[in-house]
Amino acid sequence: MSDIHNSAGGVPTTGHVWDDDLADYVNQPPKWWMLGLTASAIWVVVYWTMYPAVPLAMSGTFFEGVGLPGSGKWTAIKELAEDQKVLDDVRKPYEDKLKNMTPAAILADEELSKYVERSGKVLFSDNCGGCHGQNGVGTEQVGAKFAQREQGLMAPRLNDDDWLYGGTIDDIHTSISGGRQGMMVAHKDILSAAEIDTLANAVASGNPASTPLFAEKGCTACHGADGKGMAAMGSANLTDKVWRFDGSLEGIKQTITYGVNAGDNARVAIMPNFTAAGKLSAVEMKKLAVYVYKFGGGQKAAPVAVEVAPAVEAASAAEAAPVTAP
Amino acid sequence: MSEPVKEVGSVTSIYSEHEEWKVNMGDATVHAKRMPGRFRTLKYITESLWLFFFVGAYLRWNGKQAILLDVNNRQFHIFNLTILPQDIWMVSLLLLLLAMTLFAVTSVASRVFCGFFCFQTAWVDLFTWIEEKLEGNPNKRHKLDAAPWNAEKIRIKLTKHAIWLLISVLTGISFTIWFEDAFVYWHDLTSFHLSLIEVTVLLAFTLGTYILAGFMREQTCLWLCPYARIQAVMADSQTILPAYDMQRGEPRGKLRHAGKVVAQQGDCIDCFQCVQVCPTGVDIREGQQLGCITCGLCLDACDSVMDKIGRPRGLIRYASLDELEGRPVKKLYQHPRTWVYVGIILLALGGIIYGLNHLGALTLRVSPERQPLFVRMSDGSIQNKYAFKVLNKTDKDLNVKISAEGGVKGQVLIDADKPQLIHHGKASGFTVFVKAPEENVKSEVTKLQFRVENVEDPAMSAEYNTVFNGPKR
Repeated sequence: MSDIHNSAGGVPTTGHVWDDDLADYVNQPPKWWMLGLTASAIWVVVYWTMYPAVPLAMSGTFFEGVGLPGSGKWTAIKELAEDQKVLDDVRKPYEDKLKNMTPAAILADEELSKYVERSGKVLFSDNCGGCHGQNGVGTEQVGAKFAQREQGLMAPRLNDDDWLYGGTIDDIHTSISGGRQGMMVAHKDILSAAEIDTLANAVASGNPASTPLFAEKGCTACHGADGKGMAAMGSANLTDKVWRFDGSLEGIKQTITYGVNAGDNARVAIMPNFTAAGKLSAVEMKKLAVYVYKFGGGQKAAPVAVEVAPAVEAASAAEAAPVTAP
Repeated sequence: MSEPVKEVGSVTSIYSEHEEWKVNMGDATVHAKRMPGRFRTLKYITESLWLFFFVGAYLRWNGKQAILLDVNNRQFHIFNLTILPQDIWMVSLLLLLLAMTLFAVTSVASRVFCGFFCFQTAWVDLFTWIEEKLEGNPNKRHKLDAAPWNAEKIRIKLTKHAIWLLISVLTGISFTIWFEDAFVYWHDLTSFHLSLIEVTVLLAFTLGTYILAGFMREQTCLWLCPYARIQAVMADSQTILPAYDMQRGEPRGKLRHAGKVVAQQGDCIDCFQCVQVCPTGVDIREGQQLGCITCGLCLDACDSVMDKIGRPRGLIRYASLDELEGRPVKKLYQHPRTWVYVGIILLALGGIIYGLNHLGALTLRVSPERQPLFVRMSDGSIQNKYAFKVLNKTDKDLNVKISAEGGVKGQVLIDADKPQLIHHGKASGFTVFVKAPEENVKSEVTKLQFRVENVEDPAMSAEYNTVFNGPKR
């Protein structure tokens, strides 16, 4: 602070004078500033030796610090790994427990199901949200963008209580781990336009059995005598207010005419087999089952647990029969 | 270079402003003289309030630290009161209250805080008191500073700095223990188990105290402290401050000159006692200035000299600019500026009192699911999902039952039948669904109030207003 900032005289100048009286003083920089500059220079050297400083083009590696205590050999990727380990350590006790538990047991455990609800969000968004929509709201395929295949809902909504293949925790887990494939033959060569029209109107009214055609033409084989569908086959309930594809009269006609997964113009309803795809681990599939269950539509398992695993075989065995619906 | 150009106009004059600054630029250490007097005593009393800073954290209350600003766990404990982040707005009101108190006091009597209460003033006073005990009066201190190094000087200086450092370390520790349990901290400290943050805080406060109070002293007030700079905004010509009565004092002159009594001019005998006692080294006779922290020590000095020469006290006294310049002096209540500050103080105080009376033991927050707003179920009914967050501010876990008021006719609460366990001191979350028949959902948005109440004590409850979403009508 002792520097003379505005001295008038006494301080030598550089000797150059511009515009009659403009000259440069040769004042020394302040001492604190010089000390700071020197300290910075020393720090550069220390930093250079402590941290990776020389990138090598060929090997992609670089000069690692000389290994001052606790410093050298530092890399950003190692720091990332350490940070991730902190997270993994927090999660480990939960993840370890999940390994040996059934989805139903996880659901019954309050703490674990809360953990799954939190950690399942990312899993769901990454693996399921693409078709089922964020939070399972479903993805509508309507409008010019989907002109190639405008079919209404791309995949079922997961937060309502209508389930094609059953809504208990085990059913949901089976759907995820084994995949699902909807099945309904195209009726364009089987039924006349008038018959399709009659059936579509009955389905749209919510009471498909009101027309005798429903039983005569074999719809009951999959959708049941009352039109309520069969979880074992994944055939849709035609009497409720939830539509798998498109609930408009035109949409229903379209489904009956061209079927599901049955060639040209058919509705597409395929859920991949996540076990076969190898993308999700067993624990992740259990997590997702609990996560989906908790959207709000999960159904409590019946007191006597019904074995639902054969659903997949049943569906594939019943290939000949028309399954699934509007 | 030639002679400096004679300055013309106001623009060039700013360059020579520094010549009129009568402040110590840090070139020399200010060794202020200690003189007894009214303000000296007052200063000792006000400064000793800081003792609470050192001992207050050890107070216990119901087996816990009485005042604990537990930032780690995001809660403040003040005796029986627990303030959680949700109530932090009261802390901002408290800060407003303190700031406005500062403003109001400053508008009435200038920098009372700086002169009598500020930690910088208090710690510097303590450090220089120790310096005086070890090195002697200001004259001796100047001599010692200039003297060559010898064993005696090293001994004195070492002792002084050791004591300064000890106080600094104690300051660092005392600061930290307001934020975590004092006794746990001492245990960790003595067994060298402090965390990195604790070590950093301790080091920062130790070094900060040592450097600011030991070396920077009045330079801190002059160049670092923002409050010193904004004080001018709060003071006006009605504000009383330590001031030199120029009309009475001038022309100043020594009482004796060359052994002869000089015909007395003004009352100021130019004895420089006021400058010598000043902790910031300013000359109060220059008028009110940046360097003056209005501590009143020059009043003591001048009064004692006036007593000796048989003149009335008060050549330097607390006076307003109006009084000194002979304008009519207004009453305290005729000071609108102060009233504005007092008004804001009352508002803040009202807010805090309201807040403290409405803290409640339970807080409920409900956020309706936003994606999707509602779900159509297979029977056509409309279902909404709500994420509940219940904050339990008591120190016991408790169970709450959930109910709803308003909403849609025939609505059913799902997952709300059994009481929910709410852990103490934190927020517990759970999900509740509400399902209602579609024909009863009359509008897109229906008002709905949720209520949780303690199963054992129904008086302990909390409500939250939200909505039930339905399809477009």
